[in-house]
Amino acid sequence: MTAVKTGERLFDGADWDFRTIQRIHDACEDIALNELGLSVYPNQIEVITAEQMLDAYSSVGMPLYYKHWSFGKQFAHQEASYRKGLMGLAYEIVINSSPCISYLMEENTATMQTLVIAHAAFGHNHFFKNNYLFKQWTDADGILDYLDFAKAYVAQCEEKYGSIAVEQTMDAAHALMSHGVDRYPGKKSLDLRAEERRARERREHEEASFNDLWRTVPSGPSKNRAELSAERRRALLGLPQENLLYFLEKAAPRLRTWQRELLRIVRNIAQYFYPQGQTKVMNEGTATYVHYRIMTALHERGQITDGNFLEFLGSHTNVVFQPDFDSKYFSGFNPYALGFAMMQDIERIVSNPENEDRDWFPDIAGRGDVMGVLRDIWANYRDESFISQFLSPRLMRQMRMFHLHDDPADTSGILVEAIHNERGYRNVRRALSRQYDVGLIDANIEVMDVDLAGNRRLMLKHAVLDGALLNEVDAKRVLQNLADLWSYDVLLAEVDATGVVLKEHVVHPRVMAAAA
Amino acid sequence: MHIVDRRLNPSGKSLENRQRFLRRAKTLVQGAVKKASQDRDIKDVLEGGEVSIPLDGMNEPRFHREGGVRDRVLPGNKKFVEGDILQRPQSKSGGGNGAGEGDGEDAFRFVLSREEFVDIFLDDLELPDLSKRKLAEVENEGLRRAGYTTVGSPANISIGRTVRRAMARRVALQRPRPEEIARLEAELAECDDERRLVLTAEIERLKSKVKRIPFIDPIDIRYRRFETVPKPVAQAVMFCLMDVSGSMSEHMKDLAKRFYMLLYVFLTRRYKKVEIVFIRHTDRAEEVDEQTFFHGPASGGTLVSSALETMHEIVQSRFRPADWNIYAAQASDGDNSYSDSDRTGALLRDAILPASQFFAYLEVGESGGHPFEMSESSLWTLYQRLRSEGEPLSMRKVNDRSEIFPVFHDLFQRRTGQEVAP
Repeated sequence: MTAVKTGERLFDGADWDFRTIQRIHDACEDIALNELGLSVYPNQIEVITAEQMLDAYSSVGMPLYYKHWSFGKQFAHQEASYRKGLMGLAYEIVINSSPCISYLMEENTATMQTLVIAHAAFGHNHFFKNNYLFKQWTDADGILDYLDFAKAYVAQCEEKYGSIAVEQTMDAAHALMSHGVDRYPGKKSLDLRAEERRARERREHEEASFNDLWRTVPSGPSKNRAELSAERRRALLGLPQENLLYFLEKAAPRLRTWQRELLRIVRNIAQYFYPQGQTKVMNEGTATYVHYRIMTALHERGQITDGNFLEFLGSHTNVVFQPDFDSKYFSGFNPYALGFAMMQDIERIVSNPENEDRDWFPDIAGRGDVMGVLRDIWANYRDESFISQFLSPRLMRQMRMFHLHDDPADTSGILVEAIHNERGYRNVRRALSRQYDVGLIDANIEVMDVDLAGNRRLMLKHAVLDGALLNEVDAKRVLQNLADLWSYDVLLAEVDATGVVLKEHVVHPRVMAAAA
Repeated sequence: MHIVDRRLNPSGKSLENRQRFLRRAKTLVQGAVKKASQDRDIKDVLEGGEVSIPLDGMNEPRFHREGGVRDRVLPGNKKFVEGDILQRPQSKSGGGNGAGEGDGEDAFRFVLSREEFVDIFLDDLELPDLSKRKLAEVENEGLRRAGYTTVGSPANISIGRTVRRAMARRVALQRPRPEEIARLEAELAECDDERRLVLTAEIERLKSKVKRIPFIDPIDIRYRRFETVPKPVAQAVMFCLMDVSGSMSEHMKDLAKRFYMLLYVFLTRRYKKVEIVFIRHTDRAEEVDEQTFFHGPASGGTLVSSALETMHEIVQSRFRPADWNIYAAQASDGDNSYSDSDRTGALLRDAILPASQFFAYLEVGESGGHPFEMSESSLWTLYQRLRSEGEPLSMRKVNDRSEIFPVFHDLFQRRTGQEVAP
C-alpha cells in the first residue's frame, strides 16, 4: 500500500471518487495497523445506493440469502417507514466474512466515508477477526460460499418439492431459529465449506447408489424397545438437548432428507449470528473507539481539515447519544454509547488512573499500554463478562445508573434496589451484566424425552426463571411449528426451579404438504 | 483492498421476496380493500398507498417470556436513592418494556404501489367469455420474414441467394469460364496449324457448353418469403352511454360515473391504449366530452335506441372492430319509450353486441331503495329478454355507492363454464 505523506489532505469538500476512497483507506490502514496495532481481514469496500441498502436490511445485511417471504415482509415494512421519513438508514453495514465486506452508501460525504471506513473496515473487522466468540462460532472464510450454497439448495428444493412444502419447513425452522444454536463449544469448529461439500456428497452418493429393491427387503425383527432403559434411550437421542433444530434434524422420525438439510441450513446460519447478539456493546464500542482514534489521528496529522473533523464530531455525538430513562427517546442502553464510554474509561484507567481505579482494577490501572490492554479485552470477552469486569464506578456515576427491582408480588411498587454509590456499585454492575447474559435473554428450553414406546410424544421443558412464563399465544404458534416438524404431539412443561410444573402446553401436528 | 461499485447492479434484489410476501398476504389485502371500498371513495381506494393487514397468519412467532420478577439497570438517575419505592405506571407492563412484548394483535402496515394494488385487486377478475373472444383480440395481422421460396413476385427476388445458387450450379457443371476461352483464343492467334485444329475444336466445345449451361437458370431463382403473423390488438375503446333525461338525478349520475371509472381502470390495465367515448342521450343522442356528459344540462324524453345508433355510427366510422376491442357500459334509470323497445332490441342484437367484447347495463336507482323492491323497468325487461335469448349482456341494479364495487366485482368475475354459450 502506498503510504500517505503526513500532512497531505486526503480530500477537499464533500465529494469523493474511487481514488479518494483508496487514499482514505490507506491512511486509515496506516493508523490502524501501525498506531493501534489492529489485525484485520482483507477489506472489500462496496459502494451502494440507498435502495440497495434497504435491500440489504431485509436480508439481515447479507449480500446473498435464500428467498423467503419474511424478508419481503421486512422489506415492505422498512420501505414504508423509510419513505415516510420515520427511519434514517444506517451509514454502513459490515459483514463478518473474509474478505470483510463493508457497504458504503453513495450519499455519504467524504468525511462520512472516512468515518465508515474507520468504523467498519477496521473497527468491526478487527473485532470479527480476533474476538474468541467469533473465532469459535463463525467461519468467516466460508460464510459467503455457504450462503450461496444455501440459496441454491433452497431454490432447488422449491423446484423439486414445491414451494409450499419448502415454505412450510422454512417457516417452522425460522420459528425455532433462536433455539437452534449450540450454546457450548462442541467437538469441532464449524467449517462451512466442508458443510457444503458434505451435503453435496451425500446427495450424490444417494443418487449413485439408489436401488429401489432396498425398499422391499424385509427388515429384521426390531429390537425390544422395552429393553432400552429410559437412561439409555435418552443417551442415544442425545438428551437433554437445548438445540431444538439440531434435535429435529437428527431425530424427527418423518422428515425427508431435504427437510433435514433445510433445518441444518437455518441452524448453521443462526449459529453464525449467535456471537453478534452476545457482543453488541463490545462490537460497537470497539468500532466506535477505533473510528474515534483514527479520525483524531487523521486530524492531528492534518489529513482532514478542521471542518471535516467538526462534521465527524457531529455524527459521532449523535451516534453515542444516550437518552435518560425518562426521556421519550429512551429505548434501553445504546450499545454505541455504553461501549464507547467503557472503552474510553478503560483508556483512562490504563493511562491515568485514580486511587479508586487502582482499588477496582489492580491488573490494568496505570499499566500504560492502552492498546495492548484493549486488544486483549476485545479478544477475550463478551458483553456480559466485559461489563461485569470493566464497568467502573466512575462511569456508573457519570451515567447515573440505578437498579430497579420489579416484583409483581410486591404491590407497593417498584423498588430502587441500588444506585450509583459506594454501596450500590457492585449490585448495579452485576445487574447490568446479567441484562446482557445470553443465558438469561432467551428462554431456556430443552428437549427432555420422547415417549418412544407409546405415542411418540415429544417432551420439552422450559426452566422458568424469576417466574417469567412464555407468552401463551406465541408459544402455541411456535410449538405448532415444532409439532409439524416432529409429526407427533409435543408437550412443553414450564417448570420452576423447585420442579413445580407451572403450566403445560400440548400441541398436535397439522398435516404438512410434504408429508402427503 | 478492493473497491466494488455495486450501484449499477440490478435493483430490486428484494423484489422476489416482496412478491412472495404479497402472494402470502393476498387474501388479507383483498379483504382489507373490499372492506375499505364499502365506505371510501373508489378513486381513493384505487390510489393504492398504505394498507394495513392483520398480522395473523403473517406473524413469525418466537418463544418469548413475559411477566415475572424483573431487574433493570437504567441510566440518568436524578433523585432516587436506594430503597425508594416507585409507583407502578398505570399500564400493566411495568417500569420498562421488558423481555419483548406480544404484538400478536397489531396490524402490519406497509405501502403498496398503485400497480401492485390494482394487480392484487383485479387479479381474480376477468372479462366474461374472454377465452372465446380471444381470437377476436388477435385479428390484426402483420408480416414477418420467413426464409425463401421458389415462387413469388419479381419484386421479392433475393438476388444474393439467387446468384449464390447459380454459381454453385455453374461450378458443379463445370461451365467454362470466359477467361479460359479468351486464353485459348489468344493462343490460337499465334500457334501453328496442327495446334490450331486442336484449339479450334476445343474452343468450339467450350463455347457450346457455355450455351448449354446458362449463367442464371430459372431453377436458381429464390424469392424472399413472408409470413403473416397475428398481432394482438392492444387498444380498446370504451363507450359510456348514459340517459341524461330529467328522471336521472345527480345521485344516479354519480353511481354511473363510479362504475365507468372502475371499468376504465380495468381496461387501462389490460390494454396499452384506451379511448373513451361519452354518449349521452335523451330522445336524441350526441357525443360529448366528459364534463358535459356528467354535468351538462339536458332535457327531453327518452329514446335509448338513439344512443345505440350513435354508438353504432361511431364504431363504423372510427373504431373498426378488427382493430379495437370495444367495451360498452350503459347506465340508465330504466325508462324508455314503450315504442322504442323493438328498435333498441334489434340494434343491440344485430349491430352492437356482435361488435363488442362486452356490454354492461347498469340500472341505477335512488339511494335507499332496495334493488329487489324496484319494479321491473321497461329497459330491464327488454334486456332480460335479450339475455334469456342468449345474448352476452351483463346487467345489474344499483342503488347505493357502496354497492358499486361488489357489482363490478360480480360483473367481471371469472365465470366458470356456467355461462350460457351464445
